[in-house]
Amino acid sequence: MAMTRPPPPTPRRGWTLTDAAILVALVGLVIWMGARASENFQYRWDWSSVWPFIIRVDPETGRWAPNVLLQGLFTTIRLALWGILLATLIGILMGWARTRERLLPRLIGASYVMLVRNIPPVVFVFIFVYFISSHFMPALRLADRVRTWPAEWQTVVELLFGPVAMLDNFLLGLVCLSVFSGAYVTEIVRAGLQSVPRQQIEAGQSLGLTGFDQFRFVVLPQAFRTVLPALAGQLIQLIKDSSLVSLVSIQELTFMAQDVQVSTQRVFEVFVLIAVVYFVLCLGLSTLFRRLELRSARGRA
Amino acid sequence: MSDRQTLFELSGVNKWFGSLHVLREVSLTVSRGERLVICGPSGSGKSTLIRCLNQLEHHQEGEIRFEGRLIGPDSAELAQLRRDVGMVFQQFNLFPHLTVLENCVLPQVRARGLSRGEARARAMELLERVHIPEQADKYPAQLSGGQQQRVAIARSLCMQPKVMLFDEPTSALDPEMIKEVLDVMIELAQSGMTMVCVTHEMGFAKRVADRVVFMDQGSIVEEAPPLIFFSQPKSERTRLFLSRILGH
Repeated sequence: MAMTRPPPPTPRRGWTLTDAAILVALVGLVIWMGARASENFQYRWDWSSVWPFIIRVDPETGRWAPNVLLQGLFTTIRLALWGILLATLIGILMGWARTRERLLPRLIGASYVMLVRNIPPVVFVFIFVYFISSHFMPALRLADRVRTWPAEWQTVVELLFGPVAMLDNFLLGLVCLSVFSGAYVTEIVRAGLQSVPRQQIEAGQSLGLTGFDQFRFVVLPQAFRTVLPALAGQLIQLIKDSSLVSLVSIQELTFMAQDVQVSTQRVFEVFVLIAVVYFVLCLGLSTLFRRLELRSARGRA
Repeated sequence: MSDRQTLFELSGVNKWFGSLHVLREVSLTVSRGERLVICGPSGSGKSTLIRCLNQLEHHQEGEIRFEGRLIGPDSAELAQLRRDVGMVFQQFNLFPHLTVLENCVLPQVRARGLSRGEARARAMELLERVHIPEQADKYPAQLSGGQQQRVAIARSLCMQPKVMLFDEPTSALDPEMIKEVLDVMIELAQSGMTMVCVTHEMGFAKRVADRVVFMDQGSIVEEAPPLIFFSQPKSERTRLFLSRILGH
C-alpha cells in the first residue's frame, strides 16, 4: 500500500538577488534623470493660478461653483459613459452583421470597419464633423426642441447631456466618438462571436430558441466573456480618445485645459493636472473591468 | 400513408455535402413509442440522417414529415418542430456560461413561455430523474462528462418533447461514465418515450430497441428487430460490421 504523505515544499518564487539588482538599477536611473532634468529645467511651479479654474466663487450668487476645468471634466465623463454605451451597441450590431452568412450585412459591416480604421483619428474627426454632422445636426434643431420642454425635463437632459445650449455640440462629439470607437469594438465583438463553437448554436436551435434568443442568451454572453480583456482595453482607449473631439470645439477636459493654459500661461501645471485626471478615470474603468472579468470567470474549468 | 401513430415519415430523402452524396434515397418511419437504434460505420450518414429529423441539416430531395406535416428549411413550423423534438449531442453542448439549473430553465422560459417558477420546478424534477439534483447550481465545466450528458438529457426533456434524438451520446465518454448515461436512457425508454439513437452501444440496442437500422454509404442497408438483426443479419455488409463491432 502506498502511504499518503504531504507534498514536498514548492520552491518560493519571491525575490531573488537578480530582482533586487534590477530594481536598484532602475531606481538609480530615475533619480539620475530627475537630477539632470532639475539642473537644466528652470521652471517655477505655480499652482495657485490654476486652482480657480477648477472651482470658484460665483460673483453673482456668492456661492462656490465649478469652473471651466470641472465643467470640462463633467463633459468628458458624459462623453465617456454615453460613448461606451453607444460604441458597444454599434459594435454588437456591426459585429453581428459581420458574422452573418448573407452578403449584404457582411458588406455593410466590413465597409464600416474598413472606412474608419484606415483613416487617422484626427482626420476622421474633421471629416465626420465638417462634412457629415454639421449638415445634419442643425436640421434636427434638438436644442431648440428641448427648450420648449417642461423645466424638470430640461434639468434631466442637462444632467445627462450637459447644458442645453451646448446640446447639439455635445451630441455631435458623442456620435463622432462612438462611430469611431465602434469600429474597433466591432472587430473585437466579431472575434468573440466567431470564437463560440457552432455546436452552441445547434444546441440552441435544437431546443427551439429563436435566432434572436440564440444570439442574445447563448452566443453573445460567451463571446463577451472571451473578449472582455480586449474590450476593456478598447473602452479605456475611448476615454482617452474623447480628447480628440476637442479639435472640433467640443468643450471637454482637454479643450478647457488648452483654454486655461493659454490664459494663465501655466502649461505644465494644467497638463500635469489633466493627465492625473485622465489617469484616475481610466484606472477606475480598468478596475471595474477587472472585477467584471473575475465575475465572468465563474464556471470556467 | 401516415396515421396518428406515425411520428416521422421519410421518403426518398437525398442529401449532398458539396459533391459528396451523404444520404441516398432514405425512407423510414418512426412510430409513437418506438425505440429505434441507427448504427453503421463512420461516414455512413447516420448522424446526418438524425440531424435532418430536427432540420439541423436540410435535405435536398425527398420528403420528411413530422406528425403528417412536411418539414423543411423554410417551414414556419421549424421552431415548433424543434420544441417537439429533443436532441442530445455527442459533445453534450451545454451552455458553459450558465449553471446546470439555468441550462434547463432558459429554454423553457424563452421557447415554451413558462414562468421562471414553473421552469425551475420542472428542471429540478428532471434533474432528479437523471439522478443529479445536487449539481443544480454548478457550472457544466465542474461536472464529469457523464454528469454533463445527463444534464443535457434533462435539459432536453424539460421541453416536453414528443421524441428524443440521441447522436452518439456515449462516444465522448470514458468507459466508466458510459453506464450512468445508458442507465438514464434505458429508464427513459421504459417510460415510453419515443427514441431515435445513433449509437455503437450494441448492448443498449439489444436491450431497448424495437428496431435496429443499419446504414452504409448513405443508404439504409437493413432494418430489423434486434433479435433478428444480431442473430440473422441478411446482408454481407451487416455481418462484416457486426463481426468488427462485436468481435472485441
